[in-house]
Amino acid sequence: MSDSAPPLFAAREPIFPRRVSGFFRRLKWVILILTLGVYYITPWIRWDRGPNLPDQAVLVDLANRRFHFFWIEIWPHEFYFVAGLLIMAGLGLFLFTSALGRVWCGYACPQTVWSDLFMTVERWIEGDRNARIRLHNAPWSPRKALLRLSKWVVWLLIAVATGGAWVFYFADAPTLAHDLVTLQAAPVAYVTIAVLTATTFIFGGFMREQVCIYMCPWPRIQGAMMDPGTLTVGYRKWRGEPRGKGGVKRQKVAAEAIGSGDAVARYGAAVDKNTAAERQSRSGEVLGDCIDCNACVAVCPMGIDIREGQQMECITCALCIDACDDVMAKIGRPRGLIDYLALDDEPPTQPKESAEVAGLAETPAGDVAGASQPSWQPKPLWQHIFRPRTIFYTTAWAAIGVALIVALFIRPEIDMTIAPVRNPTYVTLSDGSIRNAYDIRLRNKHGEARDFQLSLVAESGLQLALEGAPDNLVEVPADTSRLQRVYVIAPPQAPAAGQQRSDLRLWVEDVISGERAYGNTIFNGKEDRNERSEDAG
Amino acid sequence: MTDNRKIDPETGTETTGHSWDGIEELNTPLPRWWLWTFYATVIWGVIYTILYPAWPMVSGATTGLLGYSTRAEVADEIERVDLSNADLTESLVRVDLGVLEENEKLHRFAVQAGRSVFAANCSQCHGAGAGGVVASGYPNLLDDDWLWGGTMEEIAYTVRHGIRNEEDPDARFSEMPPFDWMEEAELDAVAHFVRSLSKLKHDESAAIEGASLYADNCSACHDENGLGDRELGAPNLADAIWLRGSSHDAIMRQLNAPRMGVMPPWQARLGEAEVRAVTAYVHGLGGGEADVGKSEVEPTQ
Repeated sequence: MSDSAPPLFAAREPIFPRRVSGFFRRLKWVILILTLGVYYITPWIRWDRGPNLPDQAVLVDLANRRFHFFWIEIWPHEFYFVAGLLIMAGLGLFLFTSALGRVWCGYACPQTVWSDLFMTVERWIEGDRNARIRLHNAPWSPRKALLRLSKWVVWLLIAVATGGAWVFYFADAPTLAHDLVTLQAAPVAYVTIAVLTATTFIFGGFMREQVCIYMCPWPRIQGAMMDPGTLTVGYRKWRGEPRGKGGVKRQKVAAEAIGSGDAVARYGAAVDKNTAAERQSRSGEVLGDCIDCNACVAVCPMGIDIREGQQMECITCALCIDACDDVMAKIGRPRGLIDYLALDDEPPTQPKESAEVAGLAETPAGDVAGASQPSWQPKPLWQHIFRPRTIFYTTAWAAIGVALIVALFIRPEIDMTIAPVRNPTYVTLSDGSIRNAYDIRLRNKHGEARDFQLSLVAESGLQLALEGAPDNLVEVPADTSRLQRVYVIAPPQAPAAGQQRSDLRLWVEDVISGERAYGNTIFNGKEDRNERSEDAG
Repeated sequence: MTDNRKIDPETGTETTGHSWDGIEELNTPLPRWWLWTFYATVIWGVIYTILYPAWPMVSGATTGLLGYSTRAEVADEIERVDLSNADLTESLVRVDLGVLEENEKLHRFAVQAGRSVFAANCSQCHGAGAGGVVASGYPNLLDDDWLWGGTMEEIAYTVRHGIRNEEDPDARFSEMPPFDWMEEAELDAVAHFVRSLSKLKHDESAAIEGASLYADNCSACHDENGLGDRELGAPNLADAIWLRGSSHDAIMRQLNAPRMGVMPPWQARLGEAEVRAVTAYVHGLGGGEADVGKSEVEPTQ
């Protein structure tokens, strides 16, 4: 009986996107080659930093806790640079989404890029849409097994290369490549490659659009960033409907008659120029431009019909635009039945339908237009890009960028953090002096060892002493930090010795470059002043 | 009727027959995959308890077929670390303590090891920060005042043999006799004189009277100027550091019934390498003295 229960989930409908060519397809190829090229080649770029530092241009050195990016070196305590970049990446996505919709999803997202690459391989081995559908429905045979196997092998090779490239960002690439091949690399490298190989293989080969629809949170967030002014991929229903296959009636239509408004007028003019004709169905119904050829559906990697309006699956890859433009050219209609459009640029009514009802050919154009003068006016492209919210996002994005760049250039080459030793807060010495201890971490960001001179403000009356460094000079090796125990001594007469706390400033100077930095801390004097005054003879 | 199952007409699922306000509970069976996962965990659990320590017994627990124990794993790890440090440990045992600081790598190793040794063995009395406890007479190891000497060798000797203990015949030993046989007024005068040595508040006339008593009874150990004697472990009375307090009462207590600290010998328990390690650590806490007897830390403006 339980067999009658409805299934808890719907099985995936396989999608067989057809090959398409056109402007957006070419754009996607360029972006695919660029992004993959950057990803695979970057770890192999060399950058000379001197003998003590790695010569890899982009390197996340986890063992030494350094991040190298060409001439920039980030230490762990400067992680705010990375945080700032992440915030910029977030704001950048907000910006692009509010201006151009899911342009990230459609062109640059790794899931899209790798899925695209995998589909290309699939098409190359198994053939285009129809061949793949036939193969899918065919029973298993040696040929099918061979095709599937070779497809999976190529996918797997791409996946291994993807995971393999990732680990090169974390170690010296040539060395690691050698170690990987000779099975001498660290287990974590192999595990990382294995995990990324598996995710690439599964996400790019089998899950594809399901990752976008069910797993990725970003599309859900993007819905909040789009508005009717956002440029996104859509179907011009007013132009395409009623769709259908029909014969061409050689009758020129007056441009003004088709509808009203700027976009419609422009469309009318285009029709006129192309000397296209009114289409009629067999039953004599006047048809729109959509010939219902399903090209837009066949090429869609998400398996949707864009003519149903905007839907959550659509990643705005624009392949349907290419497919439809191709068809429009063949039937002699202007391009752009499916196009990048903003919803508030489209006519709110459907002029064709009303025209058809009124008997368009006989009715003067003024009647249709005058009956309901449309309130909408299409905006030029720049008005969709430069809107208050995109300007706000750009400003915020640029402000953080500028702040990061400024911070990058003004950050000191030497750095010091001071941790007072509080157990005990002070030590009384034989002569009655009060001594405080501090653990000072000195950072040398130079490519060679440097000597650092520590000092106090001379007027303080306090004395400085370094554990194991009689002349207050500390050598810090190249690109490392060093922990140094530092003592500050207040003679019995010094005010600091008697005060419970007093402010203290320590200076550090790079002996070679003369660069100085300071750190502020506290000097703890003898806590019980009463006992001291009683003791003082 | 043996079959009294009730079928819910809406879903076709069997009901439990329980009804609340007309709402009946469906008896939906568990999904197969869930059931098999459950069985798998049961089987896993049984195998686990056989292979690994699991069942508590009267004393201890079953050891398991694999003989695994977390303690053994820790012991293995310690052994591995010890083995990797064997060379350094060996050099540390051999090195002349006076020149240890010149070997930077070995010195750093010794100080790091000594930090752990100190935390485990010494901090109970001397404090985690080595600041000592004045009220209990545990010396502060951070300052520049040493009862028995503050060079590497002297600290190492003290750690090896301890002070005033009965286990080690080579322990550092000294004893301050009680002066309770003196008149109360005489003791009072001595106390005033002792406080005058380090320029604490005192009664001038009493101090003058105490000076001769001090010269007769105390100067043999504490030096005629109160500077003490490290050979005897006699504290310096002229400085600002007071192990058992600087107040008049505290000094009177110490004269009447002297309290003297005890330190156990650590040689047998720690071994030479750890003795030297903790010596290097203590020596580097700010009060260590160089071999010539001059303070390591040279204060500069």
